[in-house]
Amino acid sequence: MKDWRYWLAEQRGTLLALGIFIVMFVIYTSNHPAGFTANVVQTAANKGVLLAFVAMAQTLVVITAGIDLSVGMIFTLTNCLASWLVIGTGIETAFGVLAVLGTGLLCGAINGAIVIYGRLQPIVATIATGAVYFGIALLLRPFPGGSVNEDLADALTGRLFGVVPASLVVLLAVVLFVWVPFSRSVLGRAAYAAGSSETAAYMSGVPIRRGKFAAYALAGLLAAVGGLFLTFFTYTGEAAYASGNAYTLFSIAAVVLGGVSLFGGKGSAIGAIFGALAFRTIGDLLFVFDFDPLWQPLFQGVILLIAVSLGAFALFRVRNRLEWFL
Amino acid sequence: MDGAVPLFRMEGISKRYGGVRALEKAELSVSSGSIHAILGENGAGKSTLIKVMAGVVAPDEGRMTLDGREVTFASPAAANQAGIVCIFQELSLVPELSVADNIVISDPPTRFGMIDRKAQRRIAEEALARAGAADIHPLALVKDLPLSRRQMVEIAKALARKPRILILDEATSALTATDVAKIFGVLKRLRLEGLALLYISHRMNEIAELADQCTVFRNGRNVASYAAGTKSDNEVVELMIGREYSHIFPPKPARASVAAVPVLEARKLSWTDRLDNVSLTVGAGEVVGLGGLDGQGQRELLLAFFGVLRGLSGQVLIDGRPVAIASPAGAREDGIGMALIPEDRKTEGLMLPMTVRENLSFAALDRLSKAGIIDRAAEQRLIDDMVGLLAIKTAGLDIPVGALSGGNQQKVVIAKWLMRQPRIILLNDPTRGIDVGTKQELYQLMRKLADAGAAILFYSTDYDELIGCCDRVLVLYDGAVKRELVGAEITERALIASALNIHGEESPVSLGANA
Repeated sequence: MKDWRYWLAEQRGTLLALGIFIVMFVIYTSNHPAGFTANVVQTAANKGVLLAFVAMAQTLVVITAGIDLSVGMIFTLTNCLASWLVIGTGIETAFGVLAVLGTGLLCGAINGAIVIYGRLQPIVATIATGAVYFGIALLLRPFPGGSVNEDLADALTGRLFGVVPASLVVLLAVVLFVWVPFSRSVLGRAAYAAGSSETAAYMSGVPIRRGKFAAYALAGLLAAVGGLFLTFFTYTGEAAYASGNAYTLFSIAAVVLGGVSLFGGKGSAIGAIFGALAFRTIGDLLFVFDFDPLWQPLFQGVILLIAVSLGAFALFRVRNRLEWFL
Repeated sequence: MDGAVPLFRMEGISKRYGGVRALEKAELSVSSGSIHAILGENGAGKSTLIKVMAGVVAPDEGRMTLDGREVTFASPAAANQAGIVCIFQELSLVPELSVADNIVISDPPTRFGMIDRKAQRRIAEEALARAGAADIHPLALVKDLPLSRRQMVEIAKALARKPRILILDEATSALTATDVAKIFGVLKRLRLEGLALLYISHRMNEIAELADQCTVFRNGRNVASYAAGTKSDNEVVELMIGREYSHIFPPKPARASVAAVPVLEARKLSWTDRLDNVSLTVGAGEVVGLGGLDGQGQRELLLAFFGVLRGLSGQVLIDGRPVAIASPAGAREDGIGMALIPEDRKTEGLMLPMTVRENLSFAALDRLSKAGIIDRAAEQRLIDDMVGLLAIKTAGLDIPVGALSGGNQQKVVIAKWLMRQPRIILLNDPTRGIDVGTKQELYQLMRKLADAGAAILFYSTDYDELIGCCDRVLVLYDGAVKRELVGAEITERALIASALNIHGEESPVSLGANA
C-alpha cells in the first residue's frame, strides 16, 4: 500500500466528520433566507467554536481512555471568572486572560492528579470536581452579570478583512499551538499509547502518567479558552447549570461524531472540531426549515444515535465472543 | 564457557507469590556472543526469571550483576536502559499506533520537542529490515496486522533499542516457518555481533539449531546447565521431571467399558490458527484431561465447545447427535447440559461485589423461577444442598463473594454450575491459585461427579493433576492433539515428552516405568 492510503485510513474519522459537516452546512446555508454570506458564516462560526473548544478538551481526555465530565463546568467557571477579570486597560485585560486560562489549566491539572495519582475512575472524579467548579462559579456569579473588555470581545468575534470570522482564526491558532505540538510530542504519544493499551505502554517504558496528566491539564486549558469566548460573545458571566451540563454532553457527542474512539487511543482533536461544528449545524438545521424549535433535541438525538451506531460495526468481525467485553 | 567474566549474572534469586514460590535461589549467567536456551515445564519458573531480568518483577532476594557491577531494575524502562530488552509472549505493542510509532515508542527521536517523523520512519525501516521484515509497512496500524506480523514488529522494536542482552520468550510461537527461518538468521547474526541472547522455547528442534548453552529449570531452580548438543532429548526430559508430589488423589475406578456413544464428541474442530483438526470423545463417567504446555489451544478448545468462538469449522456431537452451540446460554440448555468452570474466576466466573447467594443461583435462575419470579424457597433449598456438598466456608450467604478465600470462590463457581446438574463439565485450569486442601476436595468432587455419570473434560497446567485425576489425557501441541495417553501411560515423563512434541516413540518414553 502507498503511504497516502495509510494516511487516509488514519484520518478516516476526521474526514468523515468533515464530510458530514460540509453536507450539513451546505444544506443549512442554501436554505438560509440570507444564503451563504459572511454574516451567516460568522454567526455560525461563533456558535460553533464554543462547542469546538470544549470538544477539543474532551478529545484530549478521551484519547487516554478516560472521560472528563467537568469540561462544561470548567467552561462555565472560566466564563464567570472572565466576566470579573477580563476588563480594563490593555495590560489589565491581558492579565485577566492569563488568569482565566491559568485557572482552566489548574482545574484540568486537579482532575489529572485525582485520576492518575488518586487512582479514581475518571467518570467519578470529574463528576465530583465538576460540581466543585460549578459551585465556585455560582459564588462568583450568583446572578448573571459582569462585563468584559468589549474592544477585545468585538475583535475576536468579528471578521478579519471583512470576510474571515476571527473566532475561526483563534480556533486555528489553538489547533496549531496547542493540539499539534501535543499530538506530536512524546507526551502526546504517551497519552495515545496509554489509551490504546496501558499494559503494552508500561512494558515499553512509556511515560504514561505524565502523558495522561498533560492530557487532563490541557483539557482544562482548552475548556477555559471556550469559557473566555463565551464571555466575548455574551459580554457577561453566568453560572448556568443546565448550559454547563449540556456542553459536557455535547462535547462527548462531538467527539464521537469526530471519529474519536471512546475506548481511547484513537482519533484527533481536529476530527472533534468538525464533529462539534457538524453537531451545531444539525441543531440549527431545523430553524432554516421553520420547524418548531421543540423538535430540536429529538432531531439532534436521532442524528447522534445514527452517527454513533456507525462505530459499532467493528464488533461484527470479532471471532472470539469474549472479546466483545474487553 | 570461556573463563571470562560473564556479561550478566543472577545469584540466589528468589520470588514468592503469596504462598507459591516461583523462584528459589535461582542462578543464571549469560555471556556475550552466545545463545542461551532456558528449558522447563509449566510453572518451572522460566517466566518469573525473565520478568526479574527485565525489571517487571522485583525479586524477594538475590543479586544481579551486569559487567561485574551489581544492578537493580525498578521498571522495564530501567532494564532497557541497561541494555536488557525482552520480547514477551504477551505482545507489548500498542494496537492503535502505527508500526513505526511502536518501534520507537520507548525513546522516540525528537526535534524541537516534537517527534521527528522522518527520523522515526528511518529508524523503523532499518529495524524492520534488520529483523527481516521489510515487507511490513511502517505506517500500518499494529491492530490491522496478523499475529505473525505483529511478532516480527515486536522483534524489530527490540532491535531498535540496541540491546546487549535480548530475551526471547516463546517469540516464535506465532510465526510461520518462513519467518522462523528469517528470525534464526537474524539471531545468528546478532550472536556474531556480540549480543547475549536468552532463548525460551518449548520447541526442541529450535533449541538444537540455535543454542550454545542450555539451562534447565525445575520447581523454581536451575537444575542443570550444559553445552548444547551434549544431552539427548530423553536426558533433557529426565532433567525436567521430578516435581514434588504433594496432592492426594481419589482412586481411579477400573476402566469400565465405555458406552458406545460418547456424551461429548468433537470431529475435526478448527478455529483460526489456534485449533487444528481436533477430534476427541468423552464418555459418561470419564475424566479426560487436556495436557500440553500452556497456550497450545486448550482454552480455545473449551471455549469452542461452550459456544464462545465464531467461525468454528468441524462438528460437535452430543450423545452422537450433531449440535450447533451458538452461545454459553445455548450450551447449558437441557438437551446439552454443559457447564464451563472458567480459568479466571474473578472476571469470567463470578460477579465479585454481588452476594454468595446471587452468584450461586445465576446459572440456574431459569429453573428456579416461574413467570420471571424467583421461587425463593426452592432457591434456598438448592443453595443449602450445594453449600453442604462442596463444604463452602462462608460467613453467610449474603456477603459479597469477593470476601471469600480463593478456594471458596472457586467452589462457588463450581457450585453455581452444579445447580443445573450438568452432564458435561468443562474445567479450565480450575485449581490455579487455590490452596492444597481445596484442591483435594475438588479432585474428590470431580471423581464423584464422574461416577454419577458426568462427562468431564479437564484442562490443567499441573501435570500432577492430570496424572492423578484423569482416565485419559490428550496432549495438545500447536492446536492439534499430538498424543493420547490412557491409564498407566499417563506419566510425567510421557506428558512432558509429548508436550514438547519429541518424537521418541521407539524410546522407552511411552512405557512410563518409573512413575
